[in-house]
Formats: sequence, structure tokens, C-alpha cells
Amino acid sequence: MTSRPLSPHLQVYRWQLPMAMSIFHRMTGVALAVGSLVLLYWLVAAASGPEAYARAQGLLGSVVAKLLLAGWTWAFFYHLCNGVRHLFWDAGKGFEIKRAYASGYAVIGCSFVLTALVWACVFAQSGGAR
Amino acid sequence: MAEFSLPKNSQVQAGKTFPAPAGAKRVKKFQLYRWDPDTDANPRVDTYEIDLDKCGPMVLDAIIYIKNEIDPTIAFRRSCREGVCGSCAMNIDGTNTLACTKATSAIAGDVKIYPLPHMAVQKDLVPDMTHFFAQYASIEPWLQTESAPPPDKERLQSKEERDKLDGLYECILCACCSTSCPSYWWNSDRYLGPAILLQARRWLADSRDEATGERLDALEDPFRLYRCHTIMNCTNTCPKGLNPAQAIAEIKKMLLERSL
Repeated sequence: MTSRPLSPHLQVYRWQLPMAMSIFHRMTGVALAVGSLVLLYWLVAAASGPEAYARAQGLLGSVVAKLLLAGWTWAFFYHLCNGVRHLFWDAGKGFEIKRAYASGYAVIGCSFVLTALVWACVFAQSGGAR
Repeated sequence: MAEFSLPKNSQVQAGKTFPAPAGAKRVKKFQLYRWDPDTDANPRVDTYEIDLDKCGPMVLDAIIYIKNEIDPTIAFRRSCREGVCGSCAMNIDGTNTLACTKATSAIAGDVKIYPLPHMAVQKDLVPDMTHFFAQYASIEPWLQTESAPPPDKERLQSKEERDKLDGLYECILCACCSTSCPSYWWNSDRYLGPAILLQARRWLADSRDEATGERLDALEDPFRLYRCHTIMNCTNTCPKGLNPAQAIAEIKKMLLERSL
């Protein structure tokens, strides 16, 4: 007998919001773990003296770094909001399909709104300084 | 470790097309996964063009029509044709459901039919369910008691106690939910999966059962229970409208409450 094939899975399964949000939760978690290293670098630079700190500020002030920071901000708020969603699930609430979708859309909306708010504050603060 | 792509012998190739007879008016294409254990060939997808005026309304009607009228070599499971036996569970139009209760008219475009995902295929749309049912047996799905039964009557339940089994006892073990679950895809060797965990919850929730502690002991395991990450595919796909994700959450809550 020839060995049995494995039936298709990811290749054929229809993507749905809850499963997409689940994998995004994991991906943002990984991204935040990497991002915490950048935060660590900035703190170490600040502790190492004015020259190191100035270099860090220069690096992190670049356009590419700002784009990355914006991405991390969104990842942070997505992971936070979706984490709260998971807390409700852990309490046994919100499992009805309709409510699971509603809470999903709420998480996505909140993650973008909170990210926009933070960056609005950043630009308002640094508006005239540079 | 999760293997996201299909092994070499499982990659699906293009198959044959069986065109509709001349004069057919309402033609719909059905694409069926095929694999023949008697050849060395890889799985393929055959296309059958069907005149909807000639066959019944459900996807199962179409598959039976194909077997009877076009291609008798196709293998699939079916029995009750009314959603109570769970035999005809398969992946239809991207999600798992029962072919007998899925209306062809509910599917836009071609009807794509695969076996339940991430299972060893025996032939065509027939997956090997041995492991799934062995996992079911592992949760000891029967009433377990220590106390002596009442001498003159059955073990009775109040209406409220009986209500706790609603949403659990209706499960027909079709495996649509378990085979929709990415966690089950990657870890089915050790993770019990949503169907079996919903069944486990059914016995935990039964007021007459006296093995709750042992049952929880058996489930308290990083893989058997806690590979559930609330992805929600199970609840989204259940053809009986049950909520395995919630049942699993209730088990997790029971374990948490026990540890406090």
C-alpha cells in the first residue's frame, strides 16, 4: 500500500476573522518581544552617557525607525486589546459567534484609534522642537 | 513542530474534467479531491459539471449523483442524509460541514470539496478517523459512579441539572470542529481537539457522574487541554450550531476554580 496522503489544511481552509486575529495576536506578541530589545538598547544608551544617548536618539529619530515604532505601537495596542478580549473568553463570556466577531472588530478599531492617539500626542509634543 | 506545507506525496495535482451533457441548463462545477490508494499517483482534483435540474438540492445529493451517473469510482461516507449521523463531514467551500445539510445554492461559484483537513486519507473523501475515536475513548465517555444506585429507580436529575447538558449532548462526533482547528492540525498527536473536549465537558457537566476529579486530573495537561488558544474555528464551523470553544473554556474554568 502506498503511504496515505495528508489532506489539505491551510491550503484550502477559508480565512475567517477570528482565526486571522488569532495568528495576528501571536505575530504581534513576537514583534513586541523583538521591540523590547530596541527599548532595552535605548535605555542602555541613556545609561551609558550623553554620546551614546545622542547616537541612539539619532538612530531612532530616522524615518525608518519612526515607521517601525509606529508599527510597534500598533502591535502593542492590538496585543493589549485582544488580550482583554481573551480575558473575557477566559471568564467564559463572549463565545457566541456574533459577539466574537463584534469584539474582534472592536479590538481592531481600538488598536488603530489608540495608535493614532499616541502618535498625535508625539507629533504635538515634538511639533516645534525639531 | 507545525508543518505548514503539504508533504510531497500529498500535494494536489490537476485532474480530469467531466463536462456537462449537451442541453444542460443550470450547470455547476463540482471540484472533488481524489486519491486512489491502488496507484502511486498524488492526489488530484477532478471537476464534474452537473446539471442542477437533474439532482437534489444538497451537496451530498450532488456527490451521490456523481457516483451514480458520472463516476462510480468516487469514495465518500454518508448514511442518514439529515445531519444526525455525522458521516458525510467534509471540507466544502473552505469550511468543514456536513454535505447533507449544506445547500448547493448557498455556495457562490464552483463547489470545492476536500476531505476533512489535515487527516490521513484512505481514499478520495474518506479520512482515517481511528485516532479521533481513540481520543474519544480516552476520555471514558460514559457515566462513572461510586455510590450505589437507588434500589427502586434510576439516578434522577432535576430539570436544572439536565439543562446543563444542552449544547453538549447534541454533538454527533462528525469531527468538523476538530479538523478545522489549527492547534489540532499541528498537535493532534497530543491535543484532544474541540470535539473530544466538548464531550469531556459533557461528562463533567453531568450531575450524575461521580468521576469529576479524575476527569479533570486527566485533562490538566499542557497539550491535551491547553493547546486550545480560542481560535474559534470550531464554533464557527460546527454544523450543529454548538459551541466547543465555550465548552473548553468551561473546563479551563473548572480547573482554575479547583486550584483556588
